[in-house]
Formats: sequence, structure tokens, C-alpha cells
Amino acid sequence: MAEAMTARASDVLWRRPNLLLLLLVIPPLLWLGIVYLGSLFALLAQSFFSIDEFSGLVSYEFTLKTYGELFRASNFDIILRTLLMAAAVTVAAAIVAFPIAYYAARYARGRWKAVFYLGIMLPLWSSYLVKVYSWKLILAKEGILNWLFETLHLSWLLNAYLAIPGIGGNSLSVSWTGTFLVFLYVWLPFMILPIQASLERVPASMLEASGDLGARPGQTLRHVILPLALPGIVAGSIFTFSLTMGDYIIPQIVGTSARMIGQAVYQFQGTAGNIPLAAAFAVVPIVVMGVYLTVAKRMGAFDAL
Amino acid sequence: MTTAVSFRSVSRHFGDVRAVDSVTLDIAEGEFFALLGPSGSGKTTCLRLIAGFEQPTSGEIAIFGEEATAVPPYRRPVNTVFQDYALFPHLTVEENVAYGLMIRGEGKAERRRKAGEALEMVALSGFGGRKPSELSGGQRQRVALARALLMQPKVLLLDEPLGALDLKLREQMQGELKSLQRQLGITFVFVTHDQGEALSMSDRIAVFNEGRIQQIGAPSEVYDRPETPFVADFVGSSNVLPAAVVKTLTGIHAPASLRPEAITLGDGCGLTGRVTALSFLGAATRVEVQTAEAPLSVLVPKGRALPGIGDTVTLGWAPDALHVMERGDG
Repeated sequence: MAEAMTARASDVLWRRPNLLLLLLVIPPLLWLGIVYLGSLFALLAQSFFSIDEFSGLVSYEFTLKTYGELFRASNFDIILRTLLMAAAVTVAAAIVAFPIAYYAARYARGRWKAVFYLGIMLPLWSSYLVKVYSWKLILAKEGILNWLFETLHLSWLLNAYLAIPGIGGNSLSVSWTGTFLVFLYVWLPFMILPIQASLERVPASMLEASGDLGARPGQTLRHVILPLALPGIVAGSIFTFSLTMGDYIIPQIVGTSARMIGQAVYQFQGTAGNIPLAAAFAVVPIVVMGVYLTVAKRMGAFDAL
Repeated sequence: MTTAVSFRSVSRHFGDVRAVDSVTLDIAEGEFFALLGPSGSGKTTCLRLIAGFEQPTSGEIAIFGEEATAVPPYRRPVNTVFQDYALFPHLTVEENVAYGLMIRGEGKAERRRKAGEALEMVALSGFGGRKPSELSGGQRQRVALARALLMQPKVLLLDEPLGALDLKLREQMQGELKSLQRQLGITFVFVTHDQGEALSMSDRIAVFNEGRIQQIGAPSEVYDRPETPFVADFVGSSNVLPAAVVKTLTGIHAPASLRPEAITLGDGCGLTGRVTALSFLGAATRVEVQTAEAPLSVLVPKGRALPGIGDTVTLGWAPDALHVMERGDG
């Protein structure tokens, strides 16, 4: 009986493939449409309200006042600092990731390819918090990095570096550099994998053709490999940039007391109870990413897709 | 006569595999030279050794008398047309063709002019602004050709350039390549597994098998007087008679080649056998005959009487049609 029912259901779906498609698509559409876009619009709406300074209550009237507050020096610093960090992490990640991805795409075969994937993915399997705390230990004054510099009699170098205002601090774990290093480590896989995927699609004959036509390896890198890897680099940078912009845990555990956007959102919506300003802050990364993607598209980063 | 490319006992091993096994070869300037062989015979590796993409494990390679072994590809006076064309997908057709000039640092106007001329030569004027993905296979092939020729190479290397084209286009391109080569006078080294293509286009052919050269010679030589059973079978799929059979026919103990079109049915001076299969080829019909000594193929031209399957036939041939291969090692 049950068998006959499923058989009939299969027949109906076979005759009406669109019905099958609809059944497959509706759950994710509901999820994306209501849960994701809905909360996004709720957030957007909140950012156009403001908070009454006397009562501390949200006044539900349309205003751009909250956005204006973003440009107050203390708030604008947070935005600037976050963008700078996100940009630095993205550039560094691209530089570090490229050779690794290139090796994996061009030379790694069989077992080494498996080792590569394992090496990239393994850090993603362990808890994010564990990784961040272990970095705090690595970077601490009593940590292994300090020990290494001491053993090599290079403590003066580290101290000179830490004395640089802005990026230095008491130790690496409470410096801006420390935050940067942890971000770089945590988001690196998200840069390596897309670059590797884009390089994987460049046939070896393309590089040989470039050399055949007189290009030295450096010229081939500039005129053939980099342009063809660009979609991967852009895809990776979207990850590293947006993940850095939105993160509020790493700068809280490793780094200075100066806040980033994620922390500001967390505090304004929590302890401060200023939901409109938190919402306005949260809109900043969205706008920045929108602009970033538009510029990337204009530059032709997606042409080779 | 200048030697364009010379190999002196060149070997290239990949681990245990001897892709190229002590090959000695001289290609003359202005020659249309084909490297013919089945896949994995080492012909493409030889081409890559000339281009510089591979380094010989042992032996010496010289290009126009200059030792080339330690010279990187970007400094060799040769250019390659790749099997997959290897056009740069992010550049336009014109930029692809002028790529070598751009690398060399020539000005933009000069590049445009020369690329325009090169595209005109391969009948693709007006396609300069397109992307390679917007071209057909035959057009891409011409772009790859124009790109390589624009560099004015001393030797042009072609790696199965017609392999991806359909039959009609392939025949047309064969003619065009041949006339282009005559017109430019450049040495062409051409890799192919298609014996018909090699026979119709080249001045000389080197037949490869398992990393070794089986025979070098003009197409008619290789076809009429194959030196090894492999060459006889691979070039024009000849009948190879085993040494024992040849001994009874001629007294010489060596395998012999007997072309299917050289055998006639009926006027018996040789062997008899039973017809096992007929296949219609258009201008002729291939008749498979099982004789007591060996299975033989016979090509019967259109218009002649055909036997039926199961008939007993007598096979005959002119005395000089039986080519004894005394170097019967391949």
C-alpha cells in the first residue's frame, strides 16, 4: 500500500518536474527570504530610528540622526580602524595564500594533495575560540614567540617593534599586531581555497605558451597567472574582508582596548541598549562590501569566471 | 643545407618510463618534418624537448647549431602551436596574437599593426576584438598559428594542431598549413598520430614507437619500404608476413610487408585462403582472407568482382610488392 503511494508520488513528480523543483526550492527560499532577508530589513529599519537621550528609549520615528552619529570622531575611528584592519588582513592573506595555493594547484599530486587539503581544513575543524586562545598564549609575554626571540638574542628587535606606537604594545598579545596575526591565521583558509580553485583551472599549456612567446617566469606571473587567478583572489578577499569586519571576539581576546565595529555593535545593542546605533554600525560592513564588489566587478575581476 | 634541429642520442625518462629513448635526428632548414606515432610513443615529448618545456635526461639538442639543452623556452628561437591552442582567455584575439610583442616591449601602435597583418594572413581580419571563447575551433587554431608566426620563429612546432577539428576542416587546414610553410620557408615540426596527415603533408617523417625512432624518410619511402613490421602496420596498415612464411616464399628469413592494395584476387601466384569478412570503404572494399599461413587484408578497387564470405580465393602480387624487412626488430 505504502509502496503504491510512493510509486504514485514518484509518477506525479516525474510528469511535473516543476512541482519537484518547487518542493526542493521552497524550504531554502523560506529560510533565506524570511529568516535572513527579514532580519536584515528589520536591522535596516532599526538604523533609521533614534534613541531618546533623556529617557534612553527608542523613538520610532524616521531620522538620519543615528547615521550622523557614526561620523562622530569616536565612532568614526572605530569604522576607520576596522576597515584598515580588514584591508591589512586581506592583503597579507592574499600574499601568504598565493604561493601555497600555487604549489597545491600546480605541483601537489595524489597523497600531497590530500595532505594539503588536510592542512588547510584541519584548523577549521577545531573550535574558533580554542584557536584564538592558543594564539593569545603564543603571543603572550611568557609565550613561545618571546622565548624564541630571547633564545636567538633578538629580544631587542621585538622590543623595538613593540615600541612603535599604534601597532605595538606591552606584548604582542595586547598589541594591534597581535590582533592582525590572529585574524590572518584564522581567515587564511578562506583565501587559499578560492585561489587554489582558480589556479587549478589554468592549464599548464597556458604557462608554457607564455614562456614560448618569450615571457620570463616573472612576466608570465604578471600577465597570465595573476589575471587568471584574480577571480579567486577577489572571492577570497570577500571572505577575509567581511569576516574581519564583522568579528568581535578576536579583538576582544587578543589586542588593545580600542574597539572594532563588531565589538561596537555588541556593546551598543547589549549593555548600552542603543539598538539604532548598533544597527547603523552593522549597516557599515554591508555598504562597504557592496561598494567593494561593485568596484571589483568594474575592474573585471569576474570576467574570467 | 643547414641543420635546424639536431638530436644526439637524446633520452627523456620519467621515472622508469623511457618516454624518449636515445633518439638521434636531424631536421633540415625549411623542411616540413612530421613526428608520427601512436599516443605514448614519445613524439610529443620530442617536440617539448625542442621547445624547452622538457629537459633531456641525457644526450644533446642543438637548434641551428647552438647547444639548446640549458636554454630556457623564452630564449629559444622556436614557437609552438599547442594542441589545445593555449589562447589566453582574459585577452582579446588581437592581444593574444601580439602577446609576444608586448612581452618584448614593442609599442602599442606597432603591436596593433603587426597583429592586424598576422590575423590577415590567417584570414581572420576583423576578429581582433573578440575573446577566444567567441571563436570556433578552427578559428582558434588560426589565432594560435598567427600568434606563433608573428614571433618569426626559426622553427615552428605544431603539436597535433588539427586533432580537435572535424574532418572537412582538417583537410582544408592541412592544405593551408602546407602552403603557408612553402610561402614562409620556415622549418615546421609537426606532431601527429594520423598517418594519412603525415604522408600527405610532410617532406620527411620520423615514425616513433615506444620512445624510439623506427624509421626516418620521405613519405613514399616510409610507405613503400617500411624498415620494421611496426612501420609497415602503422603507416597504411600493411600486411606483415611472419619470417617463416617469407622464407618459404623468397628464401630470406625475415618478416615482410605486403600492401593490401598490391594484392590481386584470382590470378594465383602466392597463397590461397578463405574470405572471412568484407568491409565497404567507398573507393574500394577491404577483403579479409584467412590463409593457412597468416590472415591477410586485400583491397579490391571499386568495379572489380568481389568474392562472397566463405569463398576460397587465390592471392597474387607482383614480385617487387613483397617488401622484406631485414631489420625486423621493431
